[in-house]
Amino acid sequence: MNVHKLSVNDREIVCESGETVLDACLRENIDIPYGCRQGACQSCMVRSLQGPPPLAAQDGLKDVLRHQHHFLACLCYPQQDMSISISPPADFFTEATVIEKSLLNAETLQLTLQCRETIDYYAGQFVNLKRADGLTRSYSIANNRVHANKLSFHIRRLAGGRFSEWAHQELNVGDKLEVSDPQGLCYYLPTTLETNLLLIGTGSGLAPLAGIVSEALHHGHSGDIHLFHGSREMDGLYWIEEMQALADQYSNFHYTPCISRGDAPESVVRGRANDVAMASLPSLKGWRLYLCGHPDMVHQTKRQAFLQGAALQDIHADAFHVASATLD
Amino acid sequence: MSETTATLYEQLGGEAAVNAAVDIFYRKVLSDHRISRFFDNTDMDKQAAKQKSFLTMAFGGPNNYSGADMRQAHAHLVKKLGLDDSHFDAVVENLAATLQELNVPQELINQVAAIAESTRNDVLDR
Repeated sequence: MNVHKLSVNDREIVCESGETVLDACLRENIDIPYGCRQGACQSCMVRSLQGPPPLAAQDGLKDVLRHQHHFLACLCYPQQDMSISISPPADFFTEATVIEKSLLNAETLQLTLQCRETIDYYAGQFVNLKRADGLTRSYSIANNRVHANKLSFHIRRLAGGRFSEWAHQELNVGDKLEVSDPQGLCYYLPTTLETNLLLIGTGSGLAPLAGIVSEALHHGHSGDIHLFHGSREMDGLYWIEEMQALADQYSNFHYTPCISRGDAPESVVRGRANDVAMASLPSLKGWRLYLCGHPDMVHQTKRQAFLQGAALQDIHADAFHVASATLD
Repeated sequence: MSETTATLYEQLGGEAAVNAAVDIFYRKVLSDHRISRFFDNTDMDKQAAKQKSFLTMAFGGPNNYSGADMRQAHAHLVKKLGLDDSHFDAVVENLAATLQELNVPQELINQVAAIAESTRNDVLDR
């Protein structure tokens, strides 16, 4: 083994032979969080900025984290010079123009933006949208990767929601917005095409899930894909016909719209989407899950899915936190 | 190395054994109505990582166990939610049941239980 150079947050240090990245950082008094020092607690997770880190240093991490070159400093014996980032990357913004506005239902707007620069995102990720005065909100990307620099979002109008009210009522085609780098780990990678997928979303949680379904089908995903979309009442659902058409077209794609209140027409199941899904798929061993929407739904379902056999590292969740009581 | 000198951790199967045990153990704990409420508001990924650290320690593996950390991590549960001996016993019971499910010999299970037992006073903040 040899001595290797490490650049860490603008500093250059040396990692001695037989020393981990964590040991080297601590010896140089670099401020790095850590805990167990044996790869279990994942406190010392950092990111390689120059290519993939040694495989052994990514033991136990979610596939999406490995994909973004995250690794555990305490398990990493560098095999070459490395450049790493300890703090999360700064939020970069690019300019985008509104090219389309349409209503998906009475309360949900589909907003399509043309970005000046191509954005490298994965279906299921979210970006921060920033208005000229700085007001910023996170929204999931609703389309798949094929759409280069055209991004669409589902914006649900929330009572008293400053950004959503503005987007619904005042934002016009031709107006400009700033779009951040894509973020989040709730996304699809075409690594194991035969894995069964379970996607559960409430309200505008359909946006990232529809993107993931479209991406998976585009890659020829061969495992079963089950999508459950829930809302309180019928008027909170949307894209019912589109999703049913997709299910007719692909025999491995199954779509179940659910409502928790009121009368359900024949094609819609009465019940909470997560309860309906968990009852119809009792064994989730080996499944990959995507959960998007209300934080309580996401939290409960994650726990239930784990108890029904899903491995935690296969559960991808994106809880939509809002400062409003109207989201269901 | 002869079998008689293998450490408890080696006899159990090392990290692979911890990985096999952690999900079974965590599922048992979450399904146990006596103790599941202590986990209602935890981040499951972080909690699973902590369970892994704990199991590694209980299996006699490499660890940085600190009584002070254990004490600090559970103090609010003792004060606010009434964490006591009965809950600690339930966790040890689930740990033993996990190992039985993995066909670990009783003799080794006893050793693991004894290591877990050594954390009791730290966990219960006394």
